[in-house]
Amino acid sequence: MQTQELISIASQVRRDILRMVHGCQSGHPGGSLGCTDLLVGLYFEAMNLKLNSSNDQVVFNMSGLGEDVFFLSNGHISPVLYSVLARKGYFPVKELSTFRKINSRLQGHPTPHEHLEGIRIASGSLGQGLSVAIGVAQAKKLNNDSSVVYCLMGDGEQNEGQVWEAAMYAPHHKVDNLIAFIDVNGQQIDGPTEKIMNNRDLQMKYEAFGWKVLHVDGNDMAELQKCLKDAKNLLGNETPIMVLMKSEMGAGVDFMMGSHKWHGVAPNDLQLEEALNQLSETLGDY
Amino acid sequence: MSIYTYETKKDTRSGFGAGMEYLSLTNPKVVALCADLIGSLKLEPFIKNCPERFFQTGIAEANMIGIAAGLSIGGYIPFATTFANFGTGRVYDQIRQSVAYSGKNVKIACSHAGLTLGEDGATHQILEDIGLMKMLPGMVVINPCDYNQTKAATIAVANYTGPVYLRFGRPVVPVFTPEDQEFIIGKAIKLIEGSDVSIFATGHLVWESILAADMLKEKGIHAEVINIHTIKPLDTQAILESVGKTRCFVSAEEHQINGGLGDSIAQFLATTMPLPQEFVGVNDSFGESGKPADLMDKYGLNAVSIAEKALKAISRK
Repeated sequence: MQTQELISIASQVRRDILRMVHGCQSGHPGGSLGCTDLLVGLYFEAMNLKLNSSNDQVVFNMSGLGEDVFFLSNGHISPVLYSVLARKGYFPVKELSTFRKINSRLQGHPTPHEHLEGIRIASGSLGQGLSVAIGVAQAKKLNNDSSVVYCLMGDGEQNEGQVWEAAMYAPHHKVDNLIAFIDVNGQQIDGPTEKIMNNRDLQMKYEAFGWKVLHVDGNDMAELQKCLKDAKNLLGNETPIMVLMKSEMGAGVDFMMGSHKWHGVAPNDLQLEEALNQLSETLGDY
Repeated sequence: MSIYTYETKKDTRSGFGAGMEYLSLTNPKVVALCADLIGSLKLEPFIKNCPERFFQTGIAEANMIGIAAGLSIGGYIPFATTFANFGTGRVYDQIRQSVAYSGKNVKIACSHAGLTLGEDGATHQILEDIGLMKMLPGMVVINPCDYNQTKAATIAVANYTGPVYLRFGRPVVPVFTPEDQEFIIGKAIKLIEGSDVSIFATGHLVWESILAADMLKEKGIHAEVINIHTIKPLDTQAILESVGKTRCFVSAEEHQINGGLGDSIAQFLATTMPLPQEFVGVNDSFGESGKPADLMDKYGLNAVSIAEKALKAISRK
């Protein structure tokens, strides 16, 4: 896909994110906007997804056998995942308006409990997604399924001990069909990660555990496309891949960038209008 | 004399190991994970038969639960195994989010439950695991009573789709249930028919309840003994039928009274048929080091104590 086409989809996804959190006056816009380009790059280009042969629409199977699968470990950025899944065709786009409202399948944090197509595990309580992704990757190996498992974590999430249990496990078991990402936006709820709990050198840490580490600017679509290709080319070498993705919280909306203020705050009517003015409606609002 | 006898004593965890050995040969979807306790969980035959379906996680139980959830997404039937304390309390949130709430077909199979692991003491003797697991929506909780039943339960839970907590123990105990029995999840087993008091027991205390019924019989009291191997879902019909006849009962378990089998039965009967109940279990206390039998005596988890509580229940009718 052309870079410009992906950028255009990302603009619509950002509009969706802002309208969703505005609609329920809750949720996490900052990290969602920061990871928009990655999720668009994954679902609209990098991932091989199962399609219905008659109409080329995506079809959802819980097992994910024979297709690439993605796990969102930092579940609070659910708005970006929901928008990308809906825009990809897993469920109706108009359902995005139910986000965080009663009787919705779009819970505050993603869950398969409400049978939302595209979601395979609950996440929200942090630190669990990488373990799950590794388990799925090992199941793929047992099934002789050569497709890829992707997983996204936050940089604040690196505080959780379970992440490092998983970090130790994957290289030991040669889980080389896994590409994980850390959204290095440098922010967590109480402030900059450097001040709250310094991750220090994530590259050295993961390399010491036996991972192959790559870097990318997570808000540069062309660079992301290249990185996703490079990462795939490194698979199958007995080593899991970790991509340290530098991103800007609130990317795409000038007044939401450069601070952790918008981690878990919804815009009011005026702020929404100002934000939407910066993002063109490319696929039609829900 | 009891109608139940035994020739050998075996540990229930070996029953689990035998069940896993059977599954290694019969069900290619079953996989096992263990957090550095292969010998304690008796997994050697499984690993020997299908090394590619075994995953050593090291001493990292939280990760083990997540990996198990992932393997279940890929269509496998994972048994995540360790000691009961490390497989439930230590990883409660991982089980809650990645297994129970996510509706995953993961079997959490744990040995060394209760006081009877003995000398290691309270850090390893979990007495809250039934409560922790039964509180999770959709979680099945099973505590079989001997080697044969644990083997049968292991095979049965592999054939059931959904999250299960299977609890067993370390010491050798009488093997008195039939070999190659059919295990039906949620179906209580009446071991002794009686009319004066019902004894609902689970796990290691089922045998003690049989001994208690013998003691009571010498006093002319006919106790009904029912093996509640599945705490959740509870066989409410079997319970109602029994207490409808006996009008009083004792619950017996190697677990905290708070949150255990007795608490489940009380909750059910309070709204259907309130009757005098006495509890045999640990009363809001941690365990301690000691020989398993000494510990069971000290904490009142034995036949004598069950018989005493039965008399008390009868006196409150």
